[in-house]
Amino acid sequence: MFPVIKGAAYTLFHCPNVLIDHGTTQTVERDKNPASEYLKKLPAHLRSFADCVAYPPNQTYIGALAAKELDAIPKPWYQNGSQGASRFAQYGEVMPEDEFYGVMKLVDSFDLVLLEAEFASEVRKKLEQHPAFQGTDLSKLQKTSDRAAIKELVDAHIAEPLRLGDQLVGCVRQAHETDKALTAHIIFENLAAMASAVVSMRQLFLQSGLDPKQVDYIVECSEEACGDMNQRGGGNFAKAIGEVVGCSNATGSDTRGFCAAPAHAMVVASSLVQSGVFKNVVVVAGGAVAKLGMNGRDHVNKNLPVLEDVLGGFAVWVAENDGINPIVRTDIVGRHTIGSGSSPQSVMQAIVTDPLDRKGLKITDVDQYGVEMHNPEVTVPAGAGNVPEANYKMIAALGVKRGELERAGIMDFVAKHGMPGFAPTQGHVPSGVPVIGPARDAILAGKIKRAMIIGKGSLFLARMTNLFDGVSFVMETNPGFEVAKPTGIDEAEVRKLIAQAMRAMATSLAEQE
Amino acid sequence: MDLENQRRVKEIAEKNGAENIIVVLGGAEAEAAGLAAETVTAGDPTYAGPLAGVQLGLAVYHIFELKDQVDAGVYDEQISMMEMVLDPEAIIAEVSAMRKAHSKYGQ
Repeated sequence: MFPVIKGAAYTLFHCPNVLIDHGTTQTVERDKNPASEYLKKLPAHLRSFADCVAYPPNQTYIGALAAKELDAIPKPWYQNGSQGASRFAQYGEVMPEDEFYGVMKLVDSFDLVLLEAEFASEVRKKLEQHPAFQGTDLSKLQKTSDRAAIKELVDAHIAEPLRLGDQLVGCVRQAHETDKALTAHIIFENLAAMASAVVSMRQLFLQSGLDPKQVDYIVECSEEACGDMNQRGGGNFAKAIGEVVGCSNATGSDTRGFCAAPAHAMVVASSLVQSGVFKNVVVVAGGAVAKLGMNGRDHVNKNLPVLEDVLGGFAVWVAENDGINPIVRTDIVGRHTIGSGSSPQSVMQAIVTDPLDRKGLKITDVDQYGVEMHNPEVTVPAGAGNVPEANYKMIAALGVKRGELERAGIMDFVAKHGMPGFAPTQGHVPSGVPVIGPARDAILAGKIKRAMIIGKGSLFLARMTNLFDGVSFVMETNPGFEVAKPTGIDEAEVRKLIAQAMRAMATSLAEQE
Repeated sequence: MDLENQRRVKEIAEKNGAENIIVVLGGAEAEAAGLAAETVTAGDPTYAGPLAGVQLGLAVYHIFELKDQVDAGVYDEQISMMEMVLDPEAIIAEVSAMRKAHSKYGQ
């Protein structure tokens, strides 16, 4: 039986100070030109937490605002924030930076995160009230450091700062004196990825009712690598995350594939469940610190707020078929193979139409496509265009070439089968997965029958291959369990019936005589 | 334009002579394609990469401008879908304007 998707959680973390100190656009600029005009102007372009929460695409990501409603909000969206927006919504939350630092401390097993006492105490009070952290062990926040010691480590360049505006409230220390895979910078990125994944998992438990102890396996699919100098990407984020959130009966592993990793991870999780190896698998990823403010230079030049001020995370629960939740059609998995070719046409064909063709389905038989859901307000000013719209147009154009659509109908297809981009440009997060939650709800509500989730990845960035990558899978209405029918005829019963009939006939013949 | 690509373009032009090089762009967006064309002709306008202040003046075209030079079957297989998706007129206008203003070898 096909596996089902039983829940999905989505989280954002407002991190303006992490953006300044640790986003690669900013760190590269600081190294090259410490007196840079961009770095001077940057702080004036950062948003408040309230503005970040009210930002309509963020409200859509956490499930408070439907994509269709987002589409109706006039642009620019950053000037039309949702009135009365809450940081909590049906899929998850937007977490402020101070609480996020607190969670970084909670996930740290090696005393690498140091927090100043007063700050830690304030954060502890906040997390005690947090719905996803109630009843959890917050005692690590009682182990604190004094500000002078933190400053000394940061000044000596053996720790990365945790700031809130002008205040230094903590730091992340290097984990080894000489190992370049355990520098403070790398440890910072990895603990941030882990902390955001932990919040995503806790939100999944809260939203879906999944008991952490029921989880058998975790597939982590972020864009970071943890290890030491002898095994730089050795892993294993999945198990480390599971340990923090109490998945004591689970193990797990990390799946990588640039932005396509979540789609790969979903196929892996679905296969593990369908094969019966595991019953409950969670696919999870935290955020990428490096990408904070990635296009900040363009945003500042165009006098916009720096909109890439959030880390993004998600967690999805894949489980045994319950006859209710949407199924994952593991027989309609698209994949860009090594021999597929790299033109956009061959990529879309391999990911979208080849799997549909195998089941005799047309492009229009899929009600909703989840593509790279980058927020266009972030990418258009940076010269990268409207990514989701371009992807929807590509699918439609492929339909035109196959004779399934009229050329004049391309924009209608985009409106009917697509949604506006609403996800942060965190790489792995926009890539198809933000649509799993809304598609699951729409399928359960009977609004749509079928959705295709597409992940694409730029493998050439690692300089190991020039290849591109892409994977897709289909979510569909659960047909429910069929009433058990007899699978065969009982041979003994048949013999008995024949014998009875023959006896009756013999009796009747004897009577006639 | 990606810093690594700038380095490669500079290296290829130095090795083979700028007059012998044609840069073919595949950019999906007019402004970005225009910036790439500017980078390989007048130099990197962001002053971030190896072509900052380097005026190579290369002949640069977007693939949409070279439709007649390409085998029709290959063009159909590789490009025709994207022709429906993107805005070829705007892209061609941007790239050709940069070429006319700054290229020493292209028209």
